[in-house]
Amino acid sequence: MTNAVIFPIAIPLTTAVILIFCVKSLKAQKVISLVSAGALIAAGAWLVRLVDHEGVQKLDVGNWPAPFGITLVSDMLSALLVLTTSVIALAGLLYSFYTIDSKQASMYYYVFFQFLIVGVNGAFSTGDIFNLFVFYEVMLMSSYALLVHGGTKIQLQETMKYMIINVFSSALFVIAVGYLYAVTGTLNMAHLAVRISGAENTAVLTVICLLFLIVFGLKGALFPFYVWMPGAYSAPPSAVLALFGGLLTKVGVYSILRTFSLIFRQDIGYTHTILAWLAMATIVLGVIGAVAYRDMRQIAIYNIVAAIGVMAFGISLMTKESLEGTIFYLLQDMVMKTALFFIVGAIAYVAGTNQLGRFSGLLGSYPLLGWAVFLTALALSGIPPFSGFIGKALIIRAAFEKGQLLFALIVLLSSLLVLYSVMKIFIQSCWGEARGYEQKRVAPLYVPIVALLALAVLYGIGAEFVRPYIAQAAATLADPSLYIESVLKE
Amino acid sequence: MNELILRTVTAVVTFIIILFGIQLFFAGHYYPGGGFIAGLVTAGAIILLLLAFDIKTVRSMIPISYRTLIGIGLLFALGTGLGGLVFDVPFLTHAHGHVMLPLLGDVSLHTAVLFDLGVYFVVVGVTMTIIETIGEEE
Repeated sequence: MTNAVIFPIAIPLTTAVILIFCVKSLKAQKVISLVSAGALIAAGAWLVRLVDHEGVQKLDVGNWPAPFGITLVSDMLSALLVLTTSVIALAGLLYSFYTIDSKQASMYYYVFFQFLIVGVNGAFSTGDIFNLFVFYEVMLMSSYALLVHGGTKIQLQETMKYMIINVFSSALFVIAVGYLYAVTGTLNMAHLAVRISGAENTAVLTVICLLFLIVFGLKGALFPFYVWMPGAYSAPPSAVLALFGGLLTKVGVYSILRTFSLIFRQDIGYTHTILAWLAMATIVLGVIGAVAYRDMRQIAIYNIVAAIGVMAFGISLMTKESLEGTIFYLLQDMVMKTALFFIVGAIAYVAGTNQLGRFSGLLGSYPLLGWAVFLTALALSGIPPFSGFIGKALIIRAAFEKGQLLFALIVLLSSLLVLYSVMKIFIQSCWGEARGYEQKRVAPLYVPIVALLALAVLYGIGAEFVRPYIAQAAATLADPSLYIESVLKE
Repeated sequence: MNELILRTVTAVVTFIIILFGIQLFFAGHYYPGGGFIAGLVTAGAIILLLLAFDIKTVRSMIPISYRTLIGIGLLFALGTGLGGLVFDVPFLTHAHGHVMLPLLGDVSLHTAVLFDLGVYFVVVGVTMTIIETIGEEE
């Protein structure tokens, strides 16, 4: 099938367009979104199977051959990320059904939701660095709309800041792409890799590489570029926040992973060392934030920062094992961060506040919610056999093999503090006498939470089953020739 | 204020602008022009109407929701892309050829025109949605 790669982009796009015509009917919106999310998961799973059986899939959009036209490429990494995004989209929809009222829905909430998925899946699937920028913009435009959706004062204020920083980083993105094109004369990522591996003047490429690191660091919340995140993410409703936490920053990580493994290999000793140091600073400041705050949302947001650091460190090591660990960790982190924000949102819904200490004893009335927090804490920090363990274990082992003992120790210690920060939510909200919260109906919120947690647990326990896929994804990253050949063949 | 002159001129000029927009749209096939600029010109014509008359009158003249127009435009553009799926060629692959039509003779047709028509609708829809949203406040 020629067009397999386009489905994860075309399905949400078609859905978004159809939804524009039925914003008046909440029921129609829900049904169409749900059907589309199901189709999206099927398309993602099919793509993974296809890549597994037939190797890297590519699509020359408009039948313009690579490297002249825009090429969409799906290797195992892209396919797995697209599949995970689809699952998160479905969970996000189920959560939105209960938390987003009909007034918001009539203001195109589900339309923007679908466009966000278009942008994310597009960014994961594209094989052209300018097209990556375009899909970033699709994703960002939708995220502006979702962030300000509801129009409260804090949302307007934070969206303004978020827009300014993103417009700035988008401008930088275009500038960096312009430089890259001026130096190499191509925008196709596979073609870029070929040109750069034969380039003589690597110094200017290193500068361009660092420019890209700044751009992706801004999107992916890497130190020192994460400062926008705690503010911006404190504003929107939980359903939106969960999507952002699960998807947006991970697109930044994916972009670093892709460009640093495929394109910018000319001076690994320099560029990847910088990435490693930034990763360490990100981890340290992330866990400090997570431990210091008493606001549940902020704790969860700083947990994202810490996790981004771990993944960036995995990328910087650039061995097959560390890349495998990074992908393992990336996939589980997408699922777990979404679940964490769902849970925090549900707790805030019954307690009426995000501040720990104003309520306690949730375990009595909401046992499922309480144990969900507990499980999340274990999974996030990487207690075996839960899902965070394998990724971190692989990354740390790779770090030891490379002799980076200090960095490995920091990652290990950060896990403990991450555990503490989420346990803090569990202890202060679930233990003690029951006070400060109301009896509300939260059963519908349990569905996406339990589904995601079950998935994360299965992912950890069934790692043996998942590993061949991950290994295949890591193999393509570690040896880009596979990717390059399948894009530029013919 | 007496808006007699503005209104009289607008009644004529609007049509000229819209026709010019359509001219630009079809010129875009081989020469500078196309759906985007044609959409902007058309939106310009509607804005002139808004200046001469008020939102209510213009709405009764053009009884369509601009947001729906965005949807219709996207549907055209997306449909052109998805057409490739039906014929098992890559997404967004276009087809073109020469057709003999009665009266017009030899006409070159291209599916990119359908895509461009989508762009045209989206541009008109988005521009007018923005202008109306700002205008309604006053």
